Amino acid sequence: MTAPSRPVVGVAALSAGFGDRTALRDVSLALEAHAVTAIIGPSGCGKSTLLRCLNRMHELGAGAWVRGRVTLDGDDLYGPDVDAVQVRRRIGMVFQRPNPFPTLSIRDNVAAGLDLNGFARAERDDRVEAALKQAALWNEVADRLNRSALALSGGQQQRLCIARALAVEPEVLLMDEPASALDPIATARVEELIHELKDRLTLIVVTHNMQQAARISTRTAFLYMGELVEYDRTEALFTNPKERRTEDYVTGKFG
Amino acid sequence: MGTSLPARRRLARRRLERTGDTLYRDALAAFGMSVAAALGIVAAESAKLAAPALRRFGIAFVGSTQWDPTADRFGALPFLAGTVLTSAEALALALPVGLGAAIFLSEMAPARLRAMVRFPIEMLAAIPSVIVGLWGLFVLAPIMRTRVEPLLARTGLPILSGTPVGVGLLAAGVVLAVMVLPTLTSLSLDVVGAVDRAQREGLYALGATRWEVIRRGVLPAAKSGLFGATVLALGRALGETMAVAMVVGNSPDMPHSLLATGGTLASVIANEFTEAVSDLHEAALAELGLVLLALTLLLSIGGRLLLRRSVR
Amino acid sequence: MTQSRWARRAATDAAMTWLCGLAVAVTLVPLVSLLWMVVARGASALSWSFLTSLPKPVGEVGGGVGNGIIGSALLLGLAATIGLPVGIGAGLFLAARGDGTAGRTVRFLAEILAGVPSVVAGLAVYALLVRPMHRFSALAGSLALAILMVPMLARGTEETVRMVPRDLFEASLGLGVAEWKSGLLIVARTAAGGITTAVCLALARAAGETAPLLFTALGNQFWNLRPDQPTASLPVLIFNYAVSPYPDWQKQAWGAALLLLVLVGVLNAAARLATRGRFAGGGR
Repeated sequence: MTAPSRPVVGVAALSAGFGDRTALRDVSLALEAHAVTAIIGPSGCGKSTLLRCLNRMHELGAGAWVRGRVTLDGDDLYGPDVDAVQVRRRIGMVFQRPNPFPTLSIRDNVAAGLDLNGFARAERDDRVEAALKQAALWNEVADRLNRSALALSGGQQQRLCIARALAVEPEVLLMDEPASALDPIATARVEELIHELKDRLTLIVVTHNMQQAARISTRTAFLYMGELVEYDRTEALFTNPKERRTEDYVTGKFG
Repeated sequence: MGTSLPARRRLARRRLERTGDTLYRDALAAFGMSVAAALGIVAAESAKLAAPALRRFGIAFVGSTQWDPTADRFGALPFLAGTVLTSAEALALALPVGLGAAIFLSEMAPARLRAMVRFPIEMLAAIPSVIVGLWGLFVLAPIMRTRVEPLLARTGLPILSGTPVGVGLLAAGVVLAVMVLPTLTSLSLDVVGAVDRAQREGLYALGATRWEVIRRGVLPAAKSGLFGATVLALGRALGETMAVAMVVGNSPDMPHSLLATGGTLASVIANEFTEAVSDLHEAALAELGLVLLALTLLLSIGGRLLLRRSVR
Repeated sequence: MTQSRWARRAATDAAMTWLCGLAVAVTLVPLVSLLWMVVARGASALSWSFLTSLPKPVGEVGGGVGNGIIGSALLLGLAATIGLPVGIGAGLFLAARGDGTAGRTVRFLAEILAGVPSVVAGLAVYALLVRPMHRFSALAGSLALAILMVPMLARGTEETVRMVPRDLFEASLGLGVAEWKSGLLIVARTAAGGITTAVCLALARAAGETAPLLFTALGNQFWNLRPDQPTASLPVLIFNYAVSPYPDWQKQAWGAALLLLVLVGVLNAAARLATRGRFAGGGR
């Protein structure tokens, strides 16, 4: 495995699970800054758990436990005086199913994270506009910012959720199968967006779609049964896998 | 056509069964209809009982403040006011507590504690109101008289003025709060627990604290359901009879203070009906029952329609 | 600025957690106090003669609530006789044909009926039975109780019957079993646990009802087993004794309250057991 050029998120000997069930076993990897890392693997392999450990969302589940270390720019995210809430402020997340807040307008949805921190009206509007532009949604919603977010299509809702995450200016953005609930055209737009966003921040994308991983990512991690099997440049992992299990998976022998 | 004996017997049996099916369906339908009829009978019989008073006082009954059985003067306003005051007090007390408890149990407490606490709370809902009244009369009222009411009277507010006697509108409101609290808590618990997990996660992922997730995500999503729970609780409070009758102090005066004694529509019926001094008195009490019935019907129909609209 | 804002957010979060926890405690305080008082004061009133003898006139020490116990049993028995067939039948009707206009109307009216204050039901039965018969009676009391039980029974029955897979009913029809037999034997029997739960809950509610009995069954100083006579009941006894000025009667009110609470508790426990048994026992 070649080392990433400039690691920003470090994972060391990470194990996690619920109760007596282990979902993730002794995973270590370093994630490259300003790049897209894809995490692939069959369902139940622990890829979502890994993602949710990175912004401390995993621990919200009943009976959840985490062991090991996760660092962001050298800061231990599970350190004794680190608050999970502040970790999530630095590492944003986009979910599988678009989850805009149904009672809020498009504008207020994007500003939801800003409102927690209190911004002046003018700056708030500027930030909303910037985030919507980054999410390539501005042109479609600029004239109806006060309408309900539920009036948007599924693909637009997902880009709204991306804008919402971007508005608080996170350093890292986690995406949990962000296109799996979308149609092919909406999927293409989200993938395009991911490509554009990597200039601004670090993206980590969980996907079960190998073609998608190949299209969008610079590096790919393959997880199987809670363990990290292989982690490499995407091209190398798909064309020249070193592990037998990786080869079987990427060639479609199981999964 | 000569049919064989077994065939004829089979035919006869089929016919019998078909008759059985018709009978079964008709019987079920009849039972269904009798539920509807029961509601009609309750309304019609109460109206029949109230007829003399309806004829004598008409709609002015609702606005009149006089209730003097010996002088044949009857008006519903003191009891209407008592009902509204005590129910409003009950909701004002029970709503924050019930909602807070539901939030704690649903969002903050471990699942085991939730299961442990939920059972006793639901048990409280099953306790007969006459027993809650007994407790209110002998346990709560003395505490109100010696501890709570002197303190409140010191505020100098007109609504809290008067001699602390324990029983009265204030105590009745507290007893009502105790009675609607379990309903409110357990309904709120269902409503809050049913909020989509994705709503919570969306906010957590933005760096919201747990309370911010509840306030900005869970409560707005649960709003219509919580409103429905409140309407149900209010309906229960309005019609609650025994516990109120035992602690409200039973006086027919217009309430001027929460510390004063008073009555509610339901409590005065329970207290005076068997000792009605005249037919008109009896009819006037029945008319109070009609007012109460109209109030609860309005609430349950209106609440349902509102809920249906807000869910859409 | 952000640091102080964060401190404030964290403090609000902690404060609200404490407040909500406090709300749970506040919810439990009246329950604990009430149970404690009923058990403590009630137990001291209990004795064999309290359970088996008639009330004594004012001034004489002793006496019991035997007639109230018998009266409550009579009222509940009669109320069940009237209410169970109607309530369960209405529930079966709603489960079978509740999606049509007639069904939806009946369900709506049943929900409204469930919200009718019990004291109003008492007034209606007074006008319907007591006045024409010129006497208070156990029958009138139990009719009032039945009116309150029916909507509970209908809803409980409908809910459990709807949980029985429709396949089961259709499989039975497919075997050539008549509709009424399929309805009663297959569906109702499979849902028996749930229906038992509904029955227990409705009885528990009726056992504690007081207001509708005040001017229907009234009360009675003596033993009564006749449906056409006024009859005593535990809840009405509790009310009359509680508001009386005599300490001895007040003490007996606590004793009767303990008995009533035990009865209601047993019925509620039975309601839970009936449904749990169904799940533990699995489907037949």
